[in-house]
Amino acid sequence: MLIILLVVSIAVPILNLLVPENSAFHLSTYTVTLLGKYLTYALLAVAADLVWGYLGILTLGHAAFFALGGYAMGMYLMRQIGERGVYGDPSLPDFMVFLNWQELPWFWQGFDQFWFAALMVILVPGILAYVFGYLAFRSRVTGVYLSIITQAMTYALMLAFFRNEMGFGGNNGLTDFKDILGFDLRADSTRIALFLTSAAALAIGYVLSRIIVSSRLGLASIAIRDAESRSRFIGYRVENIKLWVFVFSAALAGIAGALYVPQVGIINPGEFSPLNSIELVIWVAIGGRGTLYGAVIGALLVNYSKTYFTAALPEVWLFALGALFILVTLYLPKGIVGLRSMRDAKT
Amino acid sequence: MTAIAGKPISLLLLLFIFTTPLQQAFASETSDDNSLENAWETLTGKSYKKKAEAIEVIALQNPPEALPAMMAMLESKLYYSKIGKVFYLLKETGDNYEFTPLFDAETVIQENKQGFKKVKINNRLRSLIRQLLAVIQLKHNDADIRLAAVQELLKKPEVESARLVETAIEREDDHRVITAMQTLLAVIQLENGDEAAQLSAIDTLSHSLNSSAMNVLTEYKAPTRELHNKAQSAIKKITDKRDLYAKAETIFFGLSLGSVLALSAIGLAITFGVMGVINMAHGELMMIGAYTTYVIQLLIPNNIGVSILVAIPAAFIVSGLVGIAIERGVIRHLYGRPLETLLATFGVSLILQQTVRSIFSPLNRSVETPEWMSGAWQINEVLSLTWNRLYIILFCLAVFVALIMVMKKTSLGLQVRAVSQNRTMARAMGVRSQWVDALTFGLGSGIAGLAGVALSLLTNVGPNLGQAYIIDSFMVVVFGGVGNLWGTLVAGMSLGIINKLMEPWAGAVLAKILVLVFIILFIQKRPKGLFPQRGRAAED
Repeated sequence: MLIILLVVSIAVPILNLLVPENSAFHLSTYTVTLLGKYLTYALLAVAADLVWGYLGILTLGHAAFFALGGYAMGMYLMRQIGERGVYGDPSLPDFMVFLNWQELPWFWQGFDQFWFAALMVILVPGILAYVFGYLAFRSRVTGVYLSIITQAMTYALMLAFFRNEMGFGGNNGLTDFKDILGFDLRADSTRIALFLTSAAALAIGYVLSRIIVSSRLGLASIAIRDAESRSRFIGYRVENIKLWVFVFSAALAGIAGALYVPQVGIINPGEFSPLNSIELVIWVAIGGRGTLYGAVIGALLVNYSKTYFTAALPEVWLFALGALFILVTLYLPKGIVGLRSMRDAKT
Repeated sequence: MTAIAGKPISLLLLLFIFTTPLQQAFASETSDDNSLENAWETLTGKSYKKKAEAIEVIALQNPPEALPAMMAMLESKLYYSKIGKVFYLLKETGDNYEFTPLFDAETVIQENKQGFKKVKINNRLRSLIRQLLAVIQLKHNDADIRLAAVQELLKKPEVESARLVETAIEREDDHRVITAMQTLLAVIQLENGDEAAQLSAIDTLSHSLNSSAMNVLTEYKAPTRELHNKAQSAIKKITDKRDLYAKAETIFFGLSLGSVLALSAIGLAITFGVMGVINMAHGELMMIGAYTTYVIQLLIPNNIGVSILVAIPAAFIVSGLVGIAIERGVIRHLYGRPLETLLATFGVSLILQQTVRSIFSPLNRSVETPEWMSGAWQINEVLSLTWNRLYIILFCLAVFVALIMVMKKTSLGLQVRAVSQNRTMARAMGVRSQWVDALTFGLGSGIAGLAGVALSLLTNVGPNLGQAYIIDSFMVVVFGGVGNLWGTLVAGMSLGIINKLMEPWAGAVLAKILVLVFIILFIQKRPKGLFPQRGRAAED
């Protein structure tokens, strides 16, 4: 898995930068960015698999952490625009000038520093996950109820971010980014760098998650997934284990979102939509939950086919996705990676 | 009070109008100089004083032409032809001027006003006409017009109107008009009467909800301390009453929103609550119900009212059948795995959405509201309840009662409850559990279809209709307690009311966010909802 990722990470820059443009093997920058986007999705899927596959929490709100990380990064990028905005205001982003705001709200302070934004990318989703998880796990909200309140959380956030008064650009979100850390976002080299960063983040996130699931903490969380009450009676602090894995997963999702935004060039409240979170769960389900690499495969596969179908046969895409959901849940409860073990079992 | 020209005359006339014998005497006595014909002719003259007299004569005799002519004069739309001096009412139609004759003559349409002259009036005449109009209207047969006339007078209460109304009130039989007239009289007494009259006037006004009565009381300068206190307490009484009715209106809005929520959640309460299936396609079943209404309306285009009544059973059947198909095709393989039904039914919902989009196009369609559902039920001057909201509440309650009856009184309901409590035991007792599952899911889906009919009358019908309601419906079910139909109803209604109570100070979006946060916190406190299921069946 990691080896494939390494090969891809080496191959993609070479194919994009060194192979001449008229060659059949040349990768356009567009494709590189697309691949980079898929990798951030894969990281998000790993984060979701960690809580669903190993903790048994079917989260329908993980896209919220992704979007929060994205917004933190978007705020940094917004501040980097500086005087190059349409209104040319040195400190206020365009939409604030448009809304007649006089000064930067307090929660925008500090986002002109990259280190601060990077910290927030992890902290904001982490803290939200901590508060949410602390409340939910302590009161032993489980199963369907938990799924639905995670959905309520992301829905509430979506409605909140749609409001202009919130100070996050309302409906339009944050966009029109110019550069990151002084590098032009539209340059090929920056795109490649972002792609490589995403690959590295995915690799590190994957390895960390792998370490967690094979540690004692991971074993305990599998025990919780399979028999929560029994684990509690044996003496495990179920709430704490759940909470820390959940917070870690949220932070991973936040990082994925932060890498997603500079590559896509926009973040808007639509990213909070409950639909996105459900789609994310589908990637994991299709790849195969509880394996981590299955999540990566599922995310890449579904998103690749989404890009392909929405361009080639837009009417068919929803039919295909819908059918995929039904068929996978009915016939492939372990996802695509489950196919191999099924074959192994037969032989 | 404005002093108007010819006031003594007008006063006299006003009195005469209600004293018929005198009126006739007056009319015959003056028929030589002031006959109707002369009066009409005087209107084409130049002297405002003479015109005022003429208008009074016309109003006094009140021929059928008087009312339109006076209205037209107020709007400067009364013209006469230069040749022949025939009266016409002007109507501007695009580029043309249309002159409709007041008496028998041909309608004239031309591009300019050539050949016609306006009947000019000044401000004095204008207020005279207004008052005379009120007189004519107070005698009108239609109670609504009489009421409007009294309310017009209330805006500018004058002593003359008091005499006018005092006579009129005796033959009035419509209680709304009587109340308005009493308010008017009290307002005038408050300004002009002696202390005893003022006292009783305050008393009358304190029962009124009219905003001009309120204004009069606020501006009232009481001669004595006692009267002042009395007036203050009357003001307080009116304000309290108006607040009370405003609250009642908010609660009514809340109940109607709550009914929509409850209606969309009841079906889910069955599939999710009773069967343990998380049906993400529930919203799409509502959408199908709404589209069924739309199609039926296309089939019966001439009779909207009937089409809605036909749509109710039709939507139930169509959505129910689709639901049974989903159950047989997908869900039956997934019992006992609630989280996976979520994924599979979400797939179904995507397919249904796209199907509808392919058949009906992604554009929103609108369903026409039948006549008996538009308008409002005016309870008093402050409180009016719109019919469509009222019908939605009633519809929701009817569906709910019917469902409770099915669950409690029929053998199907008994079997559904048996299967949901203990599937194995129910099967051992001879219940065909698969058949029951299919019918239960069909019932839940059919109710979603009914909710769709209601929604189609409130909003546009589009492929995304269901998505907008699915999260709300889940919140209602979870808030009420899974597996509890009463809980769903109570939860829906209370969430609706909470939402509407918060809307005035928080705004619609923030109110919704706060409700969501409230539910998230509530679930922490009571993880199984308002009315949790108790007993062994409730354990996982």
